[in-house]
Amino acid sequence: MRDVAIIGVKNTKFGEMWERSFRDIVVEAGIGAIEDSGVSGDRLDGMYVGNMSGGQFVEQEHIGALIADYSGLSLDLHIPSTRVEAACASGGLAFRQAVMAVASGHEDIVMAAGVEKMTDVSSTAASSALAAAADREWEGIMGATFPGLYAMIARMHMNQYGTTSEQMAAVAVKNHKNGSMNPIAQYKSPITVDSVLNSIMVADPLHIFDCSPITDGAAAVVLAPADIAHEYTDTPIYIKATAQASDTIALHDRRDITTLDASVSAGKRAFEMAKMTPADIDLVEVHDCFTIAEICAIEDLGFAKKGEGGKMTEEGETAIGGKIAVNTSGGLKSCGHPVGATGIKQVVEVTQQLRGEAGGRQVDGAEVGMTHNVGGSGATAVVHILARER
Amino acid sequence: MSVARFWRKQINRYNLVGTHCKTCDAYYYPPRNVCPKCRRDGEIESHKFSGPGEIVTYTVIHTAAEGFEHQAPYVLGIVQLDEGPRFTSQIVCKPEDARIGMKVKPVFRKLGESGDNGMIYYGTKYVPA
Repeated sequence: MRDVAIIGVKNTKFGEMWERSFRDIVVEAGIGAIEDSGVSGDRLDGMYVGNMSGGQFVEQEHIGALIADYSGLSLDLHIPSTRVEAACASGGLAFRQAVMAVASGHEDIVMAAGVEKMTDVSSTAASSALAAAADREWEGIMGATFPGLYAMIARMHMNQYGTTSEQMAAVAVKNHKNGSMNPIAQYKSPITVDSVLNSIMVADPLHIFDCSPITDGAAAVVLAPADIAHEYTDTPIYIKATAQASDTIALHDRRDITTLDASVSAGKRAFEMAKMTPADIDLVEVHDCFTIAEICAIEDLGFAKKGEGGKMTEEGETAIGGKIAVNTSGGLKSCGHPVGATGIKQVVEVTQQLRGEAGGRQVDGAEVGMTHNVGGSGATAVVHILARER
Repeated sequence: MSVARFWRKQINRYNLVGTHCKTCDAYYYPPRNVCPKCRRDGEIESHKFSGPGEIVTYTVIHTAAEGFEHQAPYVLGIVQLDEGPRFTSQIVCKPEDARIGMKVKPVFRKLGESGDNGMIYYGTKYVPA
């Protein structure tokens, strides 16, 4: 297998983009990443596009071909383009497919993109589309919602480990603070623990400020074999590990409802592949679709002892400048969560951090970063480790 | 949910019928075609569950799923049946009465319907025992 490097990245703005279409935003991200990399579009050997529910959000399937076409890469060039779906982990998985395509030697210059346009439908229809990431026949039919499933994780975490609503709110406060320094974030205004606790209850114990919003956005990266990456950029970022794991689709079938075993497994595989431990990681972008999800993620990946994720967050150890910087971008909570785009956005954030281009949210001397993208309530997890040094 | 999709599992939903693996003696509800532990070495048979269980975790849903708006706030829980398996069900009780470890028993209830002229979905909900 060959070493692989990132040579170009681009996030669009995340938010409610009523004036822009699905294809507008993904083309902006794709062209931005191509320009950042310095390659020409006709050099691409392939594209992998993460998208969860184009069919439900914009009534458009056949996303791979659509994007190749509107990027000007179909006519004459006929560049292969593949849609990748793993619910909210679609972006992370598209990145993994692109990495494997380059690592295998089958393709050289490859784009990984992610996109979701969620605000063209009502919030009820958007929630219904998202519920398709859970078990429709045995969870959905009972009236389960995604906040409801994560609320049941939160309730059990509180019961077993004494995690508090204030500790969960601290995740949101930190991520909004980080997001206030990120130009692409949907919500840039800082919030307080009180404002989280006083916001309306969605699914007890999760308030609306414990939940990531419905968002439009796209992100793209360009990959090349590490041996030739310096021909395109002075700051290639190397992929040290790519890992993916599956678990039961329904929350009720999990071994332990407070642990996402898919995250544990993917994290373990990634650390083994990179020959690293959590102590080697300077920053991590984790999947904080809900505040409890970030607490579980830092426990599952080994940054916090089981049950101590909430306490660690409350004590500021996951802030920029703390023991491990978690969600420097602002996470899904502040940036917004355009489901298919999130996994690629995480890679863009870590790349910008490792290049030293993260502005006010820069982690000093960042050398190694991790991304963690979850599909559903934990049925898929995708973890990557990226580094400045090959 | 389409009529066919509901109908296929109707006996399971109406009667709490799941499966039992004769190889490893594990019970499954919702039913499984393949034992997740024994995989192809497993021998699956139909099993009707006795019914009682207890709440493992729960939430009170205020922002309802589509089609459940008139029920909000409603209690959604994960119930562990006495034979071991866990599944997701509504708990019919006052939201403030729900608690982890509460003993519950099954009741036959309407789950939903597909419009005014469509199929009515029935199935199992839980009430305090």
